[in-house]
Amino acid sequence: MSGTRTTDRTGVAPRTGGPGIGESVPRPDGVPKVTGSFAFSSDLWHDRMLWGGTLRSPHPSARIVSVDIGAAVTITGVHAVLLHDDVPGSKAYGLEHSDQQVLAGEVVRHEGEPVAIVAADHPETVRRALDAIVVEYEVVDPLTDPAAAETAPPIHPDGNLIRRIHLRHGDQQVVGEVQVEGTYEVGMQDQAFLGPESGMAIPAEGGGVDLYIATQWLHADRDQVAACLGLRPERVRLTLAGVGGAFGAREDLSMHVHLCMLAMHTGRPVKMVYSREESFHGHVHRHPARMWYRHHADRDGTLVRVEARLLLDGGAYASSSSAVIANATCFAAGPYRVPSADIEGVVVRTNNPPCGAMRGFGAVQTCFAHEAQMDLLAGALGMDPVELRLRNVLATGDRLVTGQAITGTAPGAEVIRTCVDHPSAASIAEDPMALPGGAGRTADPAHVVRGEALAVGFKNLMFSEGFDDYSSAACRLADGVATITCACAEVGQGFVTLVQQIAHEVLGVQEVVLEPASTETIGSAGSTSASRQTWMSGGAVQKACEEVRARLLARVADEHGVELDGLVLVDGLVASLTGDLEVDLVSATSDPIHAEVEFRHAPTSPLDEDGQGDAHVSFAFSAHRAIVDVDVGLGLVKVVELTTSQDVGRVLNPVQVVGQLEGGAAQGVGLAVMEEVQLSDGRIRNASFTDYLVPTALDMPPVEIAALIEQPEPGAPFGAKGVGEPPTITSTAAVAAAIRAATGLALPRVPVRPSDIVFGGGAT
Amino acid sequence: MTIATSLEDACCALASHPDALVLAGGTDLMVAVNRGDLPVHHVVAIGRVPELRGWRREGDHVRLGAALTYTDLLKPDLAVLQPALAQAARSVGSPQIRNTGTLGGNVATGSPAGDTIPVLAALDAVLELRSASGTREMRLDEFVTGVKRTALEGGELIEAIRVPVLDGPQEFCKVGTRNAMVISVVSLALVVDRSGRTVRVGLGSVAASPLRATEAEAYIGGHLDWDGGRPPSAEVVDRFTELVVGATSPIDDHRGSARYRRHAVGVLAGRALARAVGAA
Amino acid sequence: MSIDPYALTVNGREHEISEGWPGESLLWVLRERLGLPGSKNACEEGECGSCSVRLDGEIVCSCLVLAASAVGQEITTVEGIAPDGTLSDVQQAFVDAGAVQCGFCTPGLVMAIDVLLDSDTDPDDLTVREAISGNLCRCTGYGRVIEAVNLAAASRRGETDL
Repeated sequence: MSGTRTTDRTGVAPRTGGPGIGESVPRPDGVPKVTGSFAFSSDLWHDRMLWGGTLRSPHPSARIVSVDIGAAVTITGVHAVLLHDDVPGSKAYGLEHSDQQVLAGEVVRHEGEPVAIVAADHPETVRRALDAIVVEYEVVDPLTDPAAAETAPPIHPDGNLIRRIHLRHGDQQVVGEVQVEGTYEVGMQDQAFLGPESGMAIPAEGGGVDLYIATQWLHADRDQVAACLGLRPERVRLTLAGVGGAFGAREDLSMHVHLCMLAMHTGRPVKMVYSREESFHGHVHRHPARMWYRHHADRDGTLVRVEARLLLDGGAYASSSSAVIANATCFAAGPYRVPSADIEGVVVRTNNPPCGAMRGFGAVQTCFAHEAQMDLLAGALGMDPVELRLRNVLATGDRLVTGQAITGTAPGAEVIRTCVDHPSAASIAEDPMALPGGAGRTADPAHVVRGEALAVGFKNLMFSEGFDDYSSAACRLADGVATITCACAEVGQGFVTLVQQIAHEVLGVQEVVLEPASTETIGSAGSTSASRQTWMSGGAVQKACEEVRARLLARVADEHGVELDGLVLVDGLVASLTGDLEVDLVSATSDPIHAEVEFRHAPTSPLDEDGQGDAHVSFAFSAHRAIVDVDVGLGLVKVVELTTSQDVGRVLNPVQVVGQLEGGAAQGVGLAVMEEVQLSDGRIRNASFTDYLVPTALDMPPVEIAALIEQPEPGAPFGAKGVGEPPTITSTAAVAAAIRAATGLALPRVPVRPSDIVFGGGAT
Repeated sequence: MTIATSLEDACCALASHPDALVLAGGTDLMVAVNRGDLPVHHVVAIGRVPELRGWRREGDHVRLGAALTYTDLLKPDLAVLQPALAQAARSVGSPQIRNTGTLGGNVATGSPAGDTIPVLAALDAVLELRSASGTREMRLDEFVTGVKRTALEGGELIEAIRVPVLDGPQEFCKVGTRNAMVISVVSLALVVDRSGRTVRVGLGSVAASPLRATEAEAYIGGHLDWDGGRPPSAEVVDRFTELVVGATSPIDDHRGSARYRRHAVGVLAGRALARAVGAA
Repeated sequence: MSIDPYALTVNGREHEISEGWPGESLLWVLRERLGLPGSKNACEEGECGSCSVRLDGEIVCSCLVLAASAVGQEITTVEGIAPDGTLSDVQQAFVDAGAVQCGFCTPGLVMAIDVLLDSDTDPDDLTVREAISGNLCRCTGYGRVIEAVNLAAASRRGETDL
């Protein structure tokens, strides 16, 4: 290997060669993506296609008195106008409960709920048709306060309580010598993926339908769509179209059933693309949360007990709220030993926009709270906040507040120490553009105060509570080329690269082909979420390749009459250790070898009525140190530097891991200082990128990677832990804490608004 | 669609279709078109009319073509004559928006959050409005009559904007909750005219139309040490900022509260003044 | 719907458009009528930059350009910045630096950086960030993107090969 290895500020060297595990192998779809030829779902095109559109409720809560489509259907170019009664199968769908209407029938329960769908020859015609549909609503006062939801009249037959989980761990009578209490709030964040919801449905001969869609879980979608269409699952074939980011917002159905209904009704391919404004209404958001905490500790800083009451606003439909509140509750106390806990998590239904999965899944909200509590506790104890954390941080063998003992790796202390010890590269800003306010020229250096803080967190990887999670993959080795089939949804994270690396690692092949992800050709790969795909689909691909490898070696051993354990597979050759046999892979596989597998993780248990149980598979820890500059006069913030350490098990692709850590931190920064879906009586006030602000390159600091802690996780393929979520969990908490350090203010809410800083956190 | 190649071209086209959309940079107009809020029938595109794209010095004034883009306003030879306008231009949007959006468009949209508005207000900008029947002039504060409402008549377009070249420091600042690409929560332009011994303060996003803090201006103009150049005392600065705040009538909206806006504009006023004339 | 035909010059080729609705943006026409879907439609209000193209040499949001008004102007899209089957230096740098995740923002970023490096082959960190401040990315946090700019800039300065 020649050439200069330069490391940039992340400390990760660029690729020097090698296609296997541990290398920064470039992604196989990189070239099409940089040339613009990669087909995203919004790029789908068919020469006979119609355009689809959706009429949505302008009211958060109303009864539908009547719907008149008469004027709409007569518009030239309109091919279909469909309503609730046109839904052929189940009128409702959902990830955990089938409580969400395909098209609203008698009531609408949130602003933006779909009421009618249209297919026409041009989006302009669609727009006119939608405008021509007359819906008479009887507006009802919306239920918008989650605190009032449980006692309010039910807004859904399933009731207003989606889930209550009351976790009790250890001795409930114990109290600590020192107690600190706080109430915290996290606003509603949006995933704001760049690629809008889009897809195309093509009716199939004989009555089925082919759906090309950007999504996170093809098979779960397929099952729900089939049920709503009244079709057997085999008649509904889903193929993954290029996904422009997901972050949890594509776990629920959006336009899936609508597209299929329109296609089957018109007999034509139908394409739909949501506008950005529509996208804000068309997917779930992160649950806003109100969280009360009381931490108890001994005078020496040992945590004794944590009490918490969490209230999450689930909005109009359940989505994955049950799992989110369980997560929030299980991880509410943070990555610390807590011998006694009383944590109640409640998620309720309101007429606010539906909430569901977003990267971090409940742990983002509670991390913000528990880290604020830990700093409060440190202050009350007169103790260094880092020392307090080190004193209490979890390690392998410790029990969580769910009673589960950590059997895998848990390098919490190392995550903290490496992050804290990493030297800062932050300098004092000289250029006005680098000060808070940026191009607005609002600050001079004299107005700026710098603050620094640490936050630590952890979360489970993968699904929990006894869910039978698995992924499927197939490997076919023929003429020296490995073809992998796996329905794992690539949403940008780089699974497509990993497939190449795994196949090379196991089979020594040079050429690896990954088939398009489809429900037709392979079983479910599970959801691209919960930081699970490297483990589950990576594991499935590994397992399938290993089966092929075993059969290949057995075949060669048999054909050449040699001992099986004397054979190795390396660099495109099957060779004997003695050196007297070499068979190249191409000829050895002229007769293809094929294997199809399902891969499962070790089983988990449900949580009992006290929230106790071995409910999780594995855990990952992270820490962020944030340095911020605050213009205290105006309340404007510039995040100057983020430093992070993360527990990753094993780095399978360094540049892709860095990508996850940097990207996740950006979403955390966004939640800390600028991102919030603002509601007014259940209506979204800022459904656009003009006013839903995500960090630009001028808002994001460099992310210094202090350490990628590699302690291989038992049971994880290659020992690798998922890395996608932890970066969003601790970054928000760290930035908020740094602003507290700079200002001395309590700042119990994120996103921190300028008025929170200027007026001391009380009024607006 | 008329892609006008001369002013006459544009005016003729507008005369035949007085309800035509006047398209300069399109950065406001096309947002509405894309959303389906603005039906498109006739369009007169004026962005490439040479007379509208240039500027010239006319004695102690600069005459700015209405189709000058924000990028044009940033060019050094113009920026040195109109520094606050250049500062405002740099705070607008992104490079993409700065290359496309125009000065005239910003004025014609008439949004209280328009980034050039406070500067033009502070400079007592005069608009030249042109139609097939001739030219008329109007001051900015007469032209923008309310939120996104202007005195522009059918068949008319903004031809040029005249602003004085002033001898003295100029400051533009804008508060937004992101470091780039953000609609202003409040903005302020402060320009000093040493020869005229006046300080002018233009304000953005704190009233329905272009606003000058006239009481504050009169006060500070009378209290500055014009000859000696000593910075004003803390009491004078405080009173000045109080008067600036007093001139505003901000609202609560999703970008900020009235209370925050009043506070922020006061802070900006003090800082801009300190940058311009020093602080005691 | 038929409209007054107009011609657009895109990536050096002239195209005639004779169908459509009068309000169609350049982004729409590129993607839906000219078979050039490389420019992306993430917001259609000039806030995200994923539709960025070069118009007479300057970087603009094609969603904010009325297609019929771009007659006589030189339009360059991501499909036109390198000969078929090759990558420009910026594109190669993106691949090499791991600056692509979902890729939706990538064409717009590539265009913006291409324009930046045309005028400045040694931009400092702040200059780069300001130049791409109109391009939103939700996946990368901009870290590897800035690295790609540095790689491409070094190549343009002749210090390395891409």
